[in-house]
Amino acid sequence: MDSIEISGKTVEEALDKALQELGVSKEKVEYQIIEPGSKGIWGIFGKKFAKIKVVIKPNPLQKTVQFLEDITSVMDLPVKINTVDEGQVVKVDILGKDVGVLIGRRGETLDALQYLVNLVLNKNNEKRQKIFLDIEGYRYRRKHTLQRLALRLADKVRERGRRVALEPMNSQERRIIHTALQVRNDIYTVSEGEEPYRKIIINPKR
Amino acid sequence: MKEVVEILAKALVNQPDKVDVQMVEKEKMILIELRVASEDMGRIIGKQGKIAHAIRSVAKAAATKQRKKVIVEII
Repeated sequence: MDSIEISGKTVEEALDKALQELGVSKEKVEYQIIEPGSKGIWGIFGKKFAKIKVVIKPNPLQKTVQFLEDITSVMDLPVKINTVDEGQVVKVDILGKDVGVLIGRRGETLDALQYLVNLVLNKNNEKRQKIFLDIEGYRYRRKHTLQRLALRLADKVRERGRRVALEPMNSQERRIIHTALQVRNDIYTVSEGEEPYRKIIINPKR
Repeated sequence: MKEVVEILAKALVNQPDKVDVQMVEKEKMILIELRVASEDMGRIIGKQGKIAHAIRSVAKAAATKQRKKVIVEII
């Protein structure tokens, strides 16, 4: 981490010096006062310089990557973390051997991890940043699997003329299926039941 | 195992130095006791236990290698 200790006649002066030295603006740093400094008596006796420690705030992306590296390293999982900043969302992909444990059954652990990462990142942050977490392209592959499943079941519903219920899924997964079948005019989809057992029903259109 | 819960908890709370994690390892399970400052309780439990649930999920994943059950208690 980039940090410096610097002194000046006053705290403000020390901070100005530090910002110049680090070449960043005031919003990008945090500082701690080590020595408040004093003007002394009549500006002669007991005059003390102010001393502060200035640290450049890690950017959200670095913070996220650091957090994930900490967790995977104590879990003994060697990983590589890829990030793509797309402005609105930041995509983070964890790559490595044995990262299956981090995905969990039906992506349960991955969802938990994504939720926690977003919480940690946006804690005390006025500007919210969304992190989209993936592990070895799991979400991407899952999306394709769900789309294929949706189309296959939709055909079945049309042929048999009878409704078909899917397994319970979370909202993101249901959305993938609703979206995939939106263009079809021979069937329509609805969700039924209460979370976490809410599931999609594909109905024939008559 | 213990460290995973500790990292998560410390990252979530406002008073990381008040986070205390104790681990009791038994034959088939690991009991983890998590203590935080009372003002930070909400940050660790979340609305309808959503955060606590997520912490337990990740802890469970961390213990799969050891083939043990994990119980994370928030005290």
